[in-house]
Amino acid sequence: MENQTNIEPPIAVEGLRKSFGAQTVLDGLTFQLVAGQVTCVLGRSGTGKSVLLKLLIGIETPDAGSIRLEGRDISSATPKELNEARKKVGFLFQQSALYDSMTIEENVAFPLRRHTKLSDAECHDRVHQLLESVGMDGDVGKMPSDISGGMSKRVGLARALALEPTILMFDEPTAGLDPITAAEIAKLIVELRDQRHITSIVVTHDLHTARTIADRLIVLDGGKTLFDGTFEGRNESKDPFIAQFVKDAA
Amino acid sequence: MATPATAPRLAMDDVRAFGKPFQAMVEWVGDLGFFSWRVAKAIFSRPFEGAEFLRQLDAIGAKSLPLIALAGAATGVVLSLQTRDSLTRFGAKSLLPAVIIFSLIKETGPIITGLIASGRVGAGIGAELGSMRVTEQIDAMEASGVDPVKFLAATRILACIVAMPLLTLAADFFGILLGWVACTLAEPMSLRLFLSNGLHGVTFSDLLPPTLKTAIFGLIIGVVSCFQGMRSHGGTEGVGRSATSSVVLSSLFIIVADILLVRLIIEFF
Repeated sequence: MENQTNIEPPIAVEGLRKSFGAQTVLDGLTFQLVAGQVTCVLGRSGTGKSVLLKLLIGIETPDAGSIRLEGRDISSATPKELNEARKKVGFLFQQSALYDSMTIEENVAFPLRRHTKLSDAECHDRVHQLLESVGMDGDVGKMPSDISGGMSKRVGLARALALEPTILMFDEPTAGLDPITAAEIAKLIVELRDQRHITSIVVTHDLHTARTIADRLIVLDGGKTLFDGTFEGRNESKDPFIAQFVKDAA
Repeated sequence: MATPATAPRLAMDDVRAFGKPFQAMVEWVGDLGFFSWRVAKAIFSRPFEGAEFLRQLDAIGAKSLPLIALAGAATGVVLSLQTRDSLTRFGAKSLLPAVIIFSLIKETGPIITGLIASGRVGAGIGAELGSMRVTEQIDAMEASGVDPVKFLAATRILACIVAMPLLTLAADFFGILLGWVACTLAEPMSLRLFLSNGLHGVTFSDLLPPTLKTAIFGLIIGVVSCFQGMRSHGGTEGVGRSATSSVVLSSLFIIVADILLVRLIIEFF
């Protein structure tokens, strides 16, 4: 029992504040992720959900508060320490953010070539293995501009998984996708949790996806946590915003 | 009309209105200095991005060659056409090859190369990095533990520094060659005679310092356009702004730097 209490959560956030000019987007946010769970962050547009993910990976710097990635405080980390910490995290961006001057294969191989000592042949095999695991293979020579949005998400996910991260961050993984492709992406997130025990934090507007994948919901409003609990637990909330969510998700 | 009570407030508003652009300029200079420091550290730290540097050298150097060669050639022809008339009036027509060659290697070649490259390369880098910024590709690189300043900016800046003197030599070469063609079309003259007349008295100190000063132009183009591209924001409009400001600012700084460098070259060589 004592050992359990000593285990650091994958991500621990305390008193996180972030403003852009006069606009405060996050106002004293505090939460911890539980290892092996999928946590969905919901909220209106402009409530700082995407900013939260960028703060967690150190792309944005907080005005106040602390962020611990597997026990390491990234707010005070040196650039080298930060890059080391980032290797344990995979990030799928809203528009996939594939490097448009590189082929699909080069995109997925990019983190492998930078951070591992794999030979060309090993790298090639690993890329094919990763693409196959997300249901993509055979189009490795294409450029990102030549593939669909759903395929871009899959390639982005393969790239995010390249360094075998323990934490995955998803920014609107199903935005702009048709319902079938969205369901397939949601299924992949659940498989990653069940088969690889990866901890995921998913920012989404898509209540249907959240219902499918979430072990836990965090609802943000006005830069603060409005609700933190299970999907079923939201029914008990008296807050009108949550009530609207319940109604929309029904 | 302002009452005595509102007058000081109006004055303060004026001061603030005047101070804002000044503050923005000071911030820009500070950010540019910090960015340059990060680039300098990145260039001299391991791992070296050899493959990306060579890719950029090809994109910035080899792919600029046709345009620079054409600009150099056109300059040579125009110099030949314009100067012939003036020199004939003063009875110094025999100096035509020397005027063309001296003019090209000492100033016209380097400055034409600098300004043409600031247009082609500066706009290209500003737009490419700007587009990578607004589509979160730079964030994705950072998120995967790769320093974008090292991978994207340092390689491009280094490629600009190396490519510019080489492009200048190409501009000089094509300028002299087409200068001779224009001369010989007006009044036949062998290339050997043209060169022996033109290169008489030319020393390495006439060629090397002006050619090598374009490495500084390369540094200006690289730093300014990478900086403007990487701080791009505001979607496609922001990308357009980054590309334009990269060209305008690097051209401006090249002109200012040229004046200072010419003064230094005269002083020390």
